[in-house]
Amino acid sequence: MDLIQLTSRREFLKYAAVGAVAASVVAHEAVQAATLPERKHHWGMVIDTRRCVGCEACVVACKIENKTPPGVYYTIVTKEPLPGSPTGRPVFMTKPCFHCEEPPCVPVCPVNATYKRKTDGIVVVDYDRCIGCRYCVAACPYGARYADFGDDYELSPLAGETVSPEYKQYRPRVPGTSPIGNTRKCSFCLHLQDDQGEYDRDAGRWPACAKTCPGHAIHFGDLDDPESEASILLRERNAIRLKEERGTEPSVYYLF
Amino acid sequence: MTLKRVFWIVGVLGLAPFGWALYVRFFTHPDASNLGSVVPWGLHVAQYIYFVGLSAGSFLISSLVYVFGMKRFEPVGRLAVFTAIVTLLMALLTIGLDIGHLERFWHVFAYVNPVSPMAWMIWMYAIYLVILAVEFWFLMRRDMAVAARSRGWRGTVARILTIGSRDASDASLARDMRYVKVAATIGVPLAIMFHGGVGALFGVLASRPLWHTPLFPVIFIVSALASGGALLVAASAIFQEGWRVHRAMIVDLGRLVLGFLLLDILMQISEILIGVYGADPSYLASLNLVVGGSYAWVFWIVQLGLGVALPLLCLATPLRHDSRAVVVGCSSIVIAFIGVRLNIVLPGLSPEEIRGLTLAVTDPRVSSAYVPSAWEWTLSLGIVAVGLVIFGLGEIFLPLSRHLPDAAEQA
Repeated sequence: MDLIQLTSRREFLKYAAVGAVAASVVAHEAVQAATLPERKHHWGMVIDTRRCVGCEACVVACKIENKTPPGVYYTIVTKEPLPGSPTGRPVFMTKPCFHCEEPPCVPVCPVNATYKRKTDGIVVVDYDRCIGCRYCVAACPYGARYADFGDDYELSPLAGETVSPEYKQYRPRVPGTSPIGNTRKCSFCLHLQDDQGEYDRDAGRWPACAKTCPGHAIHFGDLDDPESEASILLRERNAIRLKEERGTEPSVYYLF
Repeated sequence: MTLKRVFWIVGVLGLAPFGWALYVRFFTHPDASNLGSVVPWGLHVAQYIYFVGLSAGSFLISSLVYVFGMKRFEPVGRLAVFTAIVTLLMALLTIGLDIGHLERFWHVFAYVNPVSPMAWMIWMYAIYLVILAVEFWFLMRRDMAVAARSRGWRGTVARILTIGSRDASDASLARDMRYVKVAATIGVPLAIMFHGGVGALFGVLASRPLWHTPLFPVIFIVSALASGGALLVAASAIFQEGWRVHRAMIVDLGRLVLGFLLLDILMQISEILIGVYGADPSYLASLNLVVGGSYAWVFWIVQLGLGVALPLLCLATPLRHDSRAVVVGCSSIVIAFIGVRLNIVLPGLSPEEIRGLTLAVTDPRVSSAYVPSAWEWTLSLGIVAVGLVIFGLGEIFLPLSRHLPDAAEQA
């Protein structure tokens, strides 16, 4: 009773405002929890360096699949010998985007243009949102992000007429329009997923690099599915991830 | 007057390259830069943090007058606030032409990511720019009201800028100065936060060990104060013949700049010391580029020679009592800080994140080497010219360095 009498209108409004803010935060969280799609997959790769012959077919297949311009490589093959190697023999490593569980590129984006998909953990770029500041390119510790500066393969008969199927958006390459001026990166060829977000290896709907690898070095699959080829390899062989100390939790593993 | 004439000649001549660079940017090649995906930030980002630092620094020095009441810096007070505005506009122009999609700049307000240091920085300097404009308007209002009574184009400009305010009384001046103090007081933490935010923008990137130190945001603030203070000495020399007219103030500013410079050197040394003993390979690679790479002359000649040795000679020896020597030392700092900024951005990015990355493909866009293209140089010089012209026009139209006599009272 005393409390009610002592409460002035100003105080009442103050408490009401605080209450409203708290309630809206709780409600927002609840709505988010109820409406966000659940994680269905954890797509990842297990790359067997012993099987890699360094042919770079993956690099070429990726370029053809995603129609990437000069200067943009969603995967590359490094050919460095191990430190202190007596023979100097190169170790071939194909290096796509690692689709980290804790991607350092995502929190730095000033406009939320790059994010990790809730359903399957693929890190994507919203080409229409991205302002082209290239902060994420600087933030990636793996060199997996590439800025599209608008170059083209000028000698190619298709120069200026390519249409990239990325993100099922089928954008023609027109100067001044996205993805020119954006950051670009490997998307695990998610345009090959069906409407349910499933890949199908037998139907050829499989990331281009893994599909093309003649030595079967690139094993793509769902790391959450214990029976996937990738999960089995991870159980049976000794795998490493690059720069574990950064806490990025990459979804791409290497076998040695 | 000769310094002022040089200033104008450089400014006006620079407008032509600026026009050419804009034409290239918007009508021929969308991005004629030599940037790539290993070095995604280059000359323009370095120039951007250079100007932003000058803005925050000169604003903070002006707050000595308008917040902390240090009257001896009063002659340079309004010049300092104007400098802060012009350098911030130059910074925004630089970065605006550097990003891939300038037409989407509003995304940073509409789709803000609250955990991105870049977003913090953008919001901070948006507010900071408004505060600067308000403070500057109140600083100039009375003199503009006086000038509005005069005939001719200066009077016309003044009538537009006062937005109808005609009160030139002393009471109105006192009221204005109260508003100035409020605006400047809000501006101080903003300037510290937004320039600290620029440092944080680099500092949070664990992928770039050269930048990833807790000292980084603090160094940015200290170096902003050193470079901003130095710029004010140079500006006073150019526009007020400060070495002659405001001799005592120039000498005092020189001491202030010396203090900030020494603090900056101390922080740089502690950072390098910790980094070297930490022995992160990427950090060492960056540091090797600074002291021994193809741009090593920037470190040894520009940073240490022009940025440390010459200023110390002018500011820390008995020469410091000679206002002309102070002007030379401070101008040297202003020039040298371009090198400081370049040596933050480029060596931090250059070491490849994954061994063999730049050898895996043969592509100029995937390379540790970066030499700014002709277009980048042209645009940089052009933006400097635009800044000089804006500054010069401001000096003509606004009584930055003196109070106008109240003609009505005299009559």
